[in-house]
Amino acid sequence: MTSEKGFEPKIIGFLCNWCSYAGADKAGGMQVPYPPNVQVIRVMCSGRVDPQFILSALVKGADGVIILACHPGDCHYKEGNCRALQRHSMLNLMLEQLGVEKERCRLDYVSAGEGEKFNRVIAEMVQSVRMLGPLLLTPENRAQVICLDEQFTEC
Amino acid sequence: MTEKPKLAVYWAASCGGCEIAVANLHEKILDLDAALDFMFCPCLLDTKKKDIEALPDKAIAVTLFNGALRTEENVEMANLLRRKSQLLIAFGSCAKGGCIPALANLSTKEDLLSSVYIDNFSVDNPSGITPSGTTSFPEGDIHLPALLERVKHLVQEVDVDYYIPGCPPESHQIWNVIEVILSGDLPPKGSTIGCGNLTVCDDCDRTKEEKRITAFRRNYEFYPEPKVCLLEQGMLCMGIATRNGCGAPCTKANMPCTGCYGAPEGVSDQGAKMVAALGSIMDIGDTTGLSESEIAGRVDSFLATIPDYAGQFYKYTLASSTLGGRVGR
Repeated sequence: MTSEKGFEPKIIGFLCNWCSYAGADKAGGMQVPYPPNVQVIRVMCSGRVDPQFILSALVKGADGVIILACHPGDCHYKEGNCRALQRHSMLNLMLEQLGVEKERCRLDYVSAGEGEKFNRVIAEMVQSVRMLGPLLLTPENRAQVICLDEQFTEC
Repeated sequence: MTEKPKLAVYWAASCGGCEIAVANLHEKILDLDAALDFMFCPCLLDTKKKDIEALPDKAIAVTLFNGALRTEENVEMANLLRRKSQLLIAFGSCAKGGCIPALANLSTKEDLLSSVYIDNFSVDNPSGITPSGTTSFPEGDIHLPALLERVKHLVQEVDVDYYIPGCPPESHQIWNVIEVILSGDLPPKGSTIGCGNLTVCDDCDRTKEEKRITAFRRNYEFYPEPKVCLLEQGMLCMGIATRNGCGAPCTKANMPCTGCYGAPEGVSDQGAKMVAALGSIMDIGDTTGLSESEIAGRVDSFLATIPDYAGQFYKYTLASSTLGGRVGR
């Protein structure tokens, strides 16, 4: 466990293949530093991000999850990002009831050209989760991981 | 004459509905009694805990354990019956996924005790006494089984052989399970039995077409069309994310499925699947020309009509869901 003072959040990022992943590439190409706390998972569309993935990430040790989608109207599959937004808003209402602050699960839009925006969004996300501190799981929450791993090799 | 195999039905934190479902076998209960020695069931029979303790280990052939684990007494009985039973079956949604008792996991234990015993306008409790293990009075000590920090489902405490879902399990499915057990042709350990592997939509005979809903509607607001999919009419019907096998009696009675058979095969989190399903059929109208914040605002006002998503989607499975309950200490 990291002490509260030197806490560095661990964040899982689900990035759309067509816009945001390319946006992250662009940010890399620009060589502007941004916090290294985000572990990126490339998905074919933000609409592919099953809410089960987000819950699994949180219970397996992530302090936050960020989903980066194409801007509205720009989805490669027409409306995957719209579905991602609707799911994300609904999931956040549910997460709040479960004690997970809404800042820990963020959805934003980054296009392939927006390297700077990628940097800014990641920096904001890391900062807001750092302010919240680590996601405190109870022993009962952790016990679920073992249960889930036994039952499902993938979800 | 050889002795009949013993059958026990025990309730932990439960309502008694599972026992009623057993009694609802009607005349089949005579067949059950002919094949099995129905010897322990605090709801229906007078056998005591000490009688169970006196049995040799594995003396009971089958135990149908219903109810979630809320107190230390529930845990003790779960362990005792595990020791005494050859097959321990989590019977009903409480034992399988926590069900209604596990909705307590949306609050902390302290909040629960406070709102029931202290901060409640119909309670007069000046010394702030809450039930907790041993409490001392001038007349002597009172012992009560302490509450667990969280409501658990059965497999979190003991090894479980099979699961039978339902709130309560449908009686014809209970009979199917009894027949399977009597035949000795048992499925692999850990299987969910007495149900199907698909979703309730497969059992429901309403007409299903393109799903696009422009608003959520609740039971009291309108009288749904009897032949059209309830979800398409805007009701939060959980059939789409719920295991089948019940025969869809609720949708036949024009009521939406509330999800009592739990997640279908291969799904770990019923609530998350419901979010995924609803998120893709919500229709917020034409958003051309709207800013990102205006679109988010439309989604938020669409969602604001339902006050309790966690309670709705995890009504039967909170204890077995991915998080299992509230995070934090």
